[in-house]
Amino acid sequence: MTGKPYRLAEGGSRIDRNARVTFSFDGRDLQGFAGDTVASAVLASGQKMFGRSFKYHRPRGLVGLGSEEMNALIGVGADAKAEPNLRATQVEVFSGMVAESQNRWPSLTFDIGAINSKLSRFFPGGFYYKTFKWPRSFWKHVYEPVIRRAAGLGKAATGRDPDTYEHMHIHCDVLVAGGGLAGILAAEAAAKAGAKVVLMDENPVLGGIADITAGMVDGECVVDWLAPKIDALKAMPNVHVLTRTTVVGHYHHNFLMACERVADHDPALIASGAPRQRLWKIRAGQVIMATGALERPIAFANNDRPNIMLASAVRGLIGRYGVSPGTQGIVFTNNDDAYLTAFALKKAGVNVQVVDSRARPDGDLVKRAQDDGIAVSLSSVISAVEGTQAVKAVKIAAYRKGQGRVITERKVDCDFIAMSGGWNPALHLWAHNGGKIKFDDALQSFRPDTYTGAITAVGGANGTMSVADTIAEAQAAGEAAAKAVLKKAKAVKASKVEVTEPKRAALESLWFAPATGLYNEGNKHFIDFQNDVTAADLELAQREGYESVEHTKRYTTFGMATDQGKTSNLNGLGVLAEATGKSIPEIGITTYRPPYTPYSFGAIAGPLTKELFLPVRRTAVYDWHIGKGATWEPVGQWRRAYTYTGAGEDKHQSITREILSVRNKVGLLDASTLGKIEIKGPDAAEFLDRMYTNMFSTLKVGKCRYGLMMNELGFLTDDGVTVRLADDHFLMHTTSGGADRIAAWLEEWLQTEWTHYKVFVTPVTEQWSQFALAGPRARDVLKKMEPDFDVSNEAFPHMSFKIGKLGGFPVRVYRISFSGEMSYELATPAGYGMSLWKALLDAGEEFGIEPYGTEALHVLRAEKGYIVIGDETDGTTTPDDVGMSGMVSKKKLDFLGKRSLEQSYLKGPNRKQLVGLLTEEPNEVLPDGAYAVAEVKDKPPMKMIGQVTSTYMSPTLGRSIAMALIENGRARIGETISFPLEGGKVVKAKITDTVFYDKDGGRING
Amino acid sequence: MLLVTCPVCNAIGDETDFHFGGQAHVARPATTNPEGIADDQQREYLFTRINPKGLHFERVRCDRGCGKWFHAARDTMTMEFKAFYGITELPPPDVIKQAKGAWAEYFAMRMKNQK
Amino acid sequence: MLKPRYSIFSLARNAMNYHKDWERAWRSPQPKAEYDAVIVGAGGHGLATAYYLAKNHKMTNIAVVEKGWLGGGNTGRNTTIIRSNYLQDPSIAIYELARSLYEGLSQELNYNVMFSPRGVLMLCQTQHELRAFQRTAHANRLAGLDCRMVTPAEVKEIVPIINNDPNCRYPILGAYYQPRGGTGRHDAVAWGYARGADDMGVDIIQNCEVTGIQREGDKVVGLETTRGVIKTKKVGVVTAGNVSTVMDMAGVRMPIESLCLQALVSEPIKPVIDCVVMANTVHGYMSQSDKGELVIGGGTDPYNNYSQRGSFPALEHTINALVETFPIISRLRMLRQWGGIVDMTGDRSPIIGKTPVEGLYVNCGWGTGGFKAIPGSGWVFADTLANDRPHKIAEAFSMDRFTEGRFIDESVAAAVAH
Repeated sequence: MTGKPYRLAEGGSRIDRNARVTFSFDGRDLQGFAGDTVASAVLASGQKMFGRSFKYHRPRGLVGLGSEEMNALIGVGADAKAEPNLRATQVEVFSGMVAESQNRWPSLTFDIGAINSKLSRFFPGGFYYKTFKWPRSFWKHVYEPVIRRAAGLGKAATGRDPDTYEHMHIHCDVLVAGGGLAGILAAEAAAKAGAKVVLMDENPVLGGIADITAGMVDGECVVDWLAPKIDALKAMPNVHVLTRTTVVGHYHHNFLMACERVADHDPALIASGAPRQRLWKIRAGQVIMATGALERPIAFANNDRPNIMLASAVRGLIGRYGVSPGTQGIVFTNNDDAYLTAFALKKAGVNVQVVDSRARPDGDLVKRAQDDGIAVSLSSVISAVEGTQAVKAVKIAAYRKGQGRVITERKVDCDFIAMSGGWNPALHLWAHNGGKIKFDDALQSFRPDTYTGAITAVGGANGTMSVADTIAEAQAAGEAAAKAVLKKAKAVKASKVEVTEPKRAALESLWFAPATGLYNEGNKHFIDFQNDVTAADLELAQREGYESVEHTKRYTTFGMATDQGKTSNLNGLGVLAEATGKSIPEIGITTYRPPYTPYSFGAIAGPLTKELFLPVRRTAVYDWHIGKGATWEPVGQWRRAYTYTGAGEDKHQSITREILSVRNKVGLLDASTLGKIEIKGPDAAEFLDRMYTNMFSTLKVGKCRYGLMMNELGFLTDDGVTVRLADDHFLMHTTSGGADRIAAWLEEWLQTEWTHYKVFVTPVTEQWSQFALAGPRARDVLKKMEPDFDVSNEAFPHMSFKIGKLGGFPVRVYRISFSGEMSYELATPAGYGMSLWKALLDAGEEFGIEPYGTEALHVLRAEKGYIVIGDETDGTTTPDDVGMSGMVSKKKLDFLGKRSLEQSYLKGPNRKQLVGLLTEEPNEVLPDGAYAVAEVKDKPPMKMIGQVTSTYMSPTLGRSIAMALIENGRARIGETISFPLEGGKVVKAKITDTVFYDKDGGRING
Repeated sequence: MLLVTCPVCNAIGDETDFHFGGQAHVARPATTNPEGIADDQQREYLFTRINPKGLHFERVRCDRGCGKWFHAARDTMTMEFKAFYGITELPPPDVIKQAKGAWAEYFAMRMKNQK
Repeated sequence: MLKPRYSIFSLARNAMNYHKDWERAWRSPQPKAEYDAVIVGAGGHGLATAYYLAKNHKMTNIAVVEKGWLGGGNTGRNTTIIRSNYLQDPSIAIYELARSLYEGLSQELNYNVMFSPRGVLMLCQTQHELRAFQRTAHANRLAGLDCRMVTPAEVKEIVPIINNDPNCRYPILGAYYQPRGGTGRHDAVAWGYARGADDMGVDIIQNCEVTGIQREGDKVVGLETTRGVIKTKKVGVVTAGNVSTVMDMAGVRMPIESLCLQALVSEPIKPVIDCVVMANTVHGYMSQSDKGELVIGGGTDPYNNYSQRGSFPALEHTINALVETFPIISRLRMLRQWGGIVDMTGDRSPIIGKTPVEGLYVNCGWGTGGFKAIPGSGWVFADTLANDRPHKIAEAFSMDRFTEGRFIDESVAAAVAH
């Protein structure tokens, strides 16, 4: 032992003893070496406690070696960079790192929450379902807040994540998940056969547990034999090797997700512009699952005390980091593998003895231990652990398989325990997408069975534990995978290797070690450490009838912690099996859900944040709107100018100004977002007759016509003006929000229903900039622009169009109006958009032209009673409801939605019909969506007869106006109806027709 | 993430490159017989759907490819595609043979009408 | 109650004996040869139906048959949101009945279902969405619901972690707030109803799959199951995603498609959000469970799907939206994702009532929103079954609405924008 109590004098394949690293844990400055994890460095400093458990707040230490760790969860970083619940075993230390323990207050060693531990007897599994019910209001206001504060683990960041994330999409012939012995050899074989191979491993260093595995290959220990192969593999041009990269999920058709922790271990990389993490989306021809196996804890009394670890973890700490958990160790096992840990400890000069639950294991390793003079107690288990914040001593009891209680026991002092209950294949990826699994008696665990998909399991992940078998299996699988994908794979001659490994005795399952005291009462045999689920809890769930393993899981929360049951599931099944007398397969297993290990939302969002989140579609004039101080209205993916508020006015004033300029002078609107679809072909006219409620085959070339569109249910879905450019050529305008939807809709009918039509549908919305020039002086502005076509009212009447040049700009000019004023919509190729816009404003200056926004547009159209799809209609509105039955052709035999108009409810009485509303008090503007009632009562419920669809203060009329859908509205014109608002206020309004301004339409044709 | 092959342009892509259009082979009564469509007929057309556990036939559009609609035969349990075929076509005979329940009835009826 | 009641005292008493004496929450009975009625599907809706058949209509010689484990379908897979602030009258009626029953359900069932009225906040992120929710607000107020519009400032107060940057892609213009909406513990709802129903003599038969529905002419006479034939004159089918399959056995084809709805939870963290937030414009919603997990709902996979598997696209889309809406979640991690098979009707509203076959009743089509409706759904369906005519509230949800064009379309609350 060195000055640092737990750092060994030598050893540590992962650390560089010449590179010291200083970091802080719970405010204490600690020293470690480059290559250390927080787990190894903190333990080396002599600290055994890493955190507090979820429910009982029991002190917890390190258990595992890698991502299976369920106890030592820490928070790293602060403020906007804080990241909770990281596994100390995976976090690589760097200078300046700030780490802290979790779920304790005020401190790790003194934690108020620990009171739960004292009361734990009153908190069995699912206790909260049985209490906290009275009085009713207390759940929300008293019990729940307390529970919420006590639960949870770490703390979230406090601001927007300053780091960046990336997405990568790759295709490969063979994806190998896991870079241990099996993965390396499988990848090598596949690559040699010519396959494009990607190998991903969760750890910073390849090799898996080769460094703590028994056996010799060609006279070398496994890790040394593997080293050159790893280098060679990395050098192959058709192989891509990624470390710190976890394959987290396997989805349909061999789609896999992997998360690479690019820079978490080295802030310098972030400083140099690297993303923090990278999400890999992989489509693999074949998947080779070489994810290894996970060691099982053993359920014995107080098996959660700090410094009780998995045997493999102890072995790894010694070999990789030169750290021993203590000076006096006990290895508790039911299999041979853990003896390797005893040897490693002895070699490191740590006192150790072995407690083995088996009666007469006859393997080489057991023999060797006895020969080496390591005390081995056979037919024995640990029946008690003394010490709360660290192990002080254990009791060792005689045991026969299946024995339920302790007869004799003796006390032995020690300061750590290395336990091994056997190994579970890490078959999660296999099971994510429906791969079948089967129970293996030799392993006493589940292993991959059959799978229809293109995935193979090798090595530990397949339950293959011997080195020789793993090598053979992996090489065969690699070659087979390549053959399966490639048309002609190169033949690979499997390299002959000499493997010597110890003969192993069979494992004997040990699901429950009897504890000191009668019937084990009050003892805690932890199954799910993090969620504080004990064997007793599982048995309770069974007693109470939560028999399905899924019920037991949900009732006790076992297997639902952040390790998703990696270390607890099978032990739980073992306990349930013994409690019910069923076999483990009969108990069944809960579904494996992605991800294998948790990964960040930041990685999932990737680069699609801030301005890249749903990018804004911009018209050619977008920047001009900004310069003019426009406020925005999001419409579809667009942003439209809502109003241009100038100096010294508010929005209401600017909107009023814009409206009046259109009514009295002339206004200019950027209407480029309006959907534009070209429809061309000999059958175009007939096709439009099918799509629209009204007739288009009769439309004359050079003319425009307003069209109504229904869905097949008979409800209005879009509207707009369509113009006939030529006999076989139409241009359809749609709502801005509907443009893409309608284009797809037309295509669908064309391709799937009227397949014989010779028609092309081409969306051209973004090819054109389009501006509405509206107002009594609109024609003057046009003239000023020196059009090469006649703009006189006779030559260019309402609902007609011209193609020509305007001030040198190529334009299509449609004389159509959504404001009720004389109005021209000028379309020019988008490239000219900005210039034409400016030219129009210059030309219009002398006529008092002003740009106007969408709000002014809405008021203008409302004054004229023009409907807006989505305001006056809501997806259950028919043409007749909005008073447009005249636009539903009687002549046409068939068009979309026609038949549905015959359904009884659509023809029925009491439909809501569109009407106008004039409030009794002219300055009273009805609120949006206000409902009218049949009869005002002093309190709800009241019978509603319809709702306001549009409501504005009309500057033109100097009073409020509104439109509404009211039951039998048209028959009620003249009636006054009541709108009860908040606070008992009632607004009365008279029902009118919907046209409030220029009823005879003189202005539009002016 | 399903892997889809467009039988028109042969593009192979993720499900997100395609648009799924629901049950295949739904006949629109009004196209052939605009008059005299019973209410029930219209309901069947608009709402009643074959919703099998197992082999299903659906419409798909090659959204980010050629833009064409086509048909797919897919198992709704395993997500395995059995066939991709044209929008005006019937599935390959060997796939029709695998159809069960309402789908089997439907294809039997189509076959009869063809003869 | 025949069973000993659950309480802090019974807990203490049992603690003395190390909890060895707790009784079973429900029996595991063998199916009888005949019942007065059989409910197919032991999810929340089916169990609630059985509970109210026994409680309100004194029908206790009934059974609930379940092909798997009770509560194992969407009841155990949803994101536990409870609200009633819908737009259409029929929806308001049934969801508010359900919500009000949730208020007292823990006491009614003597089982803590952890109904937590922490508030449901529906963000308005376009002018059009704002107008749509204002309309809903007026309709709900006149229907007597306790809901209100709140300002962006109030939104920030209620949810401090929300992104209220006025220059973000979809700035928050306000929100529609139902203070008495919230969440519940989904499993507990199923378990509580099961325990209560069992207590009144209802047989809950798990691992019993229906393989056929026996008819004599237009009448139901029994069920064929993997555990034998069960005679009965009344069958209530409440099998959500599997409803088409079961109804086919009776020769009734449904206006239903089964899709896979995606959901996920984060690792547990200390409390950061104390209400349910729904952001419909960007498609994401989130709440935090008592355990500390962020509970997040995604969309459905876009094709018919009976595999209850997690998939990626729907989830990715939702996470994008939520990282923008709640920037602090970027460094939190996804713990678990899964899928549930939802049954979608043509208007996305449920079907409750009689069928063309006498004695055969169906309750389905709850789509993505069934959990919040469980008590109300069970209440009206039990009444419909017991009296062989639709309960007042169930009338609007009858299947013939699809023939008449009488749809209950909630999507109109956010109809296409101009």
